[in-house]
Amino acid sequence: MTETMTGAEMVVRAMQDHDVDTLFGYPGGAVLPIYDALFQQNSVQHILVRHEQGAVHSAEGYARSSGKVGVVLVTSGPGATNAVTGLTDALMDSIPIVCFTGQVPTHLIGSDAFQECDTVGITRHCTKHNYLVKRIEDLPRIIHEAFYVARSGRPGPVVIDIPKDIQFQRGTYTGPGEVQHKSYRPKMEGDRRAIERAVDLMLKAKRPVFYTGGGVINAGPEASKTLRELVRLTGFPVTSTLMGLGAYPANDPLWLGMLGMHGTYEANLAMHGCDVMINIGARFDDRITGRLDAFSPGSRKIHVDIDPSSINKNVKVEVGIIGDAGNVLKEMLEIFKAKKRAEQAEEIRPWWKEINSWRARNSLSYQRSKDVIKPQYAVERLYALTKNRKTYVTTEVGQHQMWAAQHFHFDEPNRWMTSGGLGTMGYGLPAAIGVQLAHPDALVIDIAGEASILMNMQEMSTAAQYRLPVKIFILNNEYMGMVRQWQELLHGGRYSESYSSALPDFVKLAEAYHAKGIRCGDPAELDAAIHDMIDYPGPVIFDCLVAKEENCLPMIPSGKAHNEMILPDFAGEIGDIIDSKGKQLV
Amino acid sequence: MNTTHYPTLTTQQIIEKRTFCVLVDNEPGVLARIAGMFSGRGYNIESLTVSETEHEKHLSRITIVTSGTANVLNQIEAQLDRLVPVHKVVNLTSKAAIERELALVKVAQQGETKGEHRMEALRLAAAFGAKTVDATLTSFIFELAGPSDDVERFINLMAAIGLVEVSRTGVAAIARGAEGL
Repeated sequence: MTETMTGAEMVVRAMQDHDVDTLFGYPGGAVLPIYDALFQQNSVQHILVRHEQGAVHSAEGYARSSGKVGVVLVTSGPGATNAVTGLTDALMDSIPIVCFTGQVPTHLIGSDAFQECDTVGITRHCTKHNYLVKRIEDLPRIIHEAFYVARSGRPGPVVIDIPKDIQFQRGTYTGPGEVQHKSYRPKMEGDRRAIERAVDLMLKAKRPVFYTGGGVINAGPEASKTLRELVRLTGFPVTSTLMGLGAYPANDPLWLGMLGMHGTYEANLAMHGCDVMINIGARFDDRITGRLDAFSPGSRKIHVDIDPSSINKNVKVEVGIIGDAGNVLKEMLEIFKAKKRAEQAEEIRPWWKEINSWRARNSLSYQRSKDVIKPQYAVERLYALTKNRKTYVTTEVGQHQMWAAQHFHFDEPNRWMTSGGLGTMGYGLPAAIGVQLAHPDALVIDIAGEASILMNMQEMSTAAQYRLPVKIFILNNEYMGMVRQWQELLHGGRYSESYSSALPDFVKLAEAYHAKGIRCGDPAELDAAIHDMIDYPGPVIFDCLVAKEENCLPMIPSGKAHNEMILPDFAGEIGDIIDSKGKQLV
Repeated sequence: MNTTHYPTLTTQQIIEKRTFCVLVDNEPGVLARIAGMFSGRGYNIESLTVSETEHEKHLSRITIVTSGTANVLNQIEAQLDRLVPVHKVVNLTSKAAIERELALVKVAQQGETKGEHRMEALRLAAAFGAKTVDATLTSFIFELAGPSDDVERFINLMAAIGLVEVSRTGVAAIARGAEGL
């Protein structure tokens, strides 16, 4: 299947060939030919964002909620540099993105032309791979390769920089076919003997724990299913990172809740005290491990990861298995089934007893109030009133994000979109737009903070233009809450620049964007107000006025180990726990 | 007691040297990609050489000498292997490889020192098997190819005689025996 067409037409044709139905972009001088080609077709819907960062986050939300590749089109220079934050976010969280950037014509490259920047140079460090297309003959191959690289192995963002003259040139288009990359061959199948060794360790365990991550979500819904089957077969407790929420259902008795800096007491103590740790698709991130030399000191560790460089990077493990989480889980399940020992259920009973005693501490509890909405209460009510619907949640970054992770419970994968690795404020609203486009009938809520939401507020225009009924639920405490919390704990309560002054009136702001605004500050009226939000058929900004100085607990303070957590009933000065070295950390 | 939140060295670890051979697609920016990975992740490059080795296949061979703890060196290997245009990464240190580099060393007469120093420079060059590739009445340029240690020693000796300038290629390396990469 070969055909002659212009470079711009090839871009659009390749998108069609890769089943791209939605494209997030912003036009400009260096991509005009591609926009012209888009104008003359109907199969790819272009969503006009209001800032290129929003385009990438929208594509991330689209990709993470649908399992497809998110596609972005931006112009040269500022278009490309504005996309950098989104690309870095996608790299850190392993989200498949293909981003087309326009470039000045080849003969002007290097001349500091208008809207020129070294896009491949700038994005080399924040993409899985990138390309500058210098010959029209290379364009079709590069696009097909880019889609393959973005979605296969450990997914990530790929940039294709296309000079304007190449977009005009005519050449021969060839279809995707089977991509055989010259050098890139991700290992999908785990080593059978290593998996057998892992299962042998699991079978001998007296205090086991599953620690799962975003890799299970990336491996597809089938992997989550296999995980559930394996966990239930073993009867082992299971916890997950922020990125892995939903892979295992939160309503299940084997579920311990999220682990890490703001994870539950039972999850963190189980990690600390286990004798066998089974890490599936997580990467021992510093938010998870806390103090490294005191991390799970007595355990033998199994690590399943598709990225060989993740194994033994932060934590030495006994059995490293390189492969796709879904494939490895399937083999683990099969071997475990064959070798299962009925006595093990009895052997791990004391461990469960211990875990249940930790659970009884109820580490997510908080002081309730009749006068003011507690942020935890707001998320709890939001969850209670939406759990029977097909609900997708995105977040911004900060306290509200952690409260959402703690109090909104997920039973399905791909329902939770958050910026984990990079921690990008301003992620949630554009991501929600992407999710809504992928799931037009779903209820999509961005749980936000009043500071974060202002970072990409302009995307309300996008939501309005395409009539996307996203719900922005702002936990408004008039502070950059996580910054304020750390200043309280570490800097003597000197709240340097963390107060949100001169906030807009969010209800009027909603109206200015052709959306509905709701404000609520009374716990007694909260349920009715949330119902109003859900029932409204268009976009809503919900300004939820919450307790201003609530701290996000439980928490592993900087420089401390899992068994040194602060629980909500802690009475002392938290700042006194953290020593001078801990204060230097983030 | 270590109270940091990030990975820190809890025991003194031994810093080793390691030579990697990296087979890459000879595409624009591939060297920047590799050098950028080293700088971005805070690894050392002690020497780096690159040249196209198989023209028809568009393959280049990069030889990198780096140093770090065993953990860091293993990470470097994994991080190199993860780059999309990298075909293969080989740890040549583990294979008792041959390592060579070439140096051009310019030596000139300094102040009133004359004949004795010229003679000494030539004697040393002969002892090291260096070639004299340029000579004037007041200077020589020697070409020396060999293991880095020899090159290092030769340069140190020349420093006492009147070293003006050195240009070194960095290490090229290849594994012993009949087997290819």
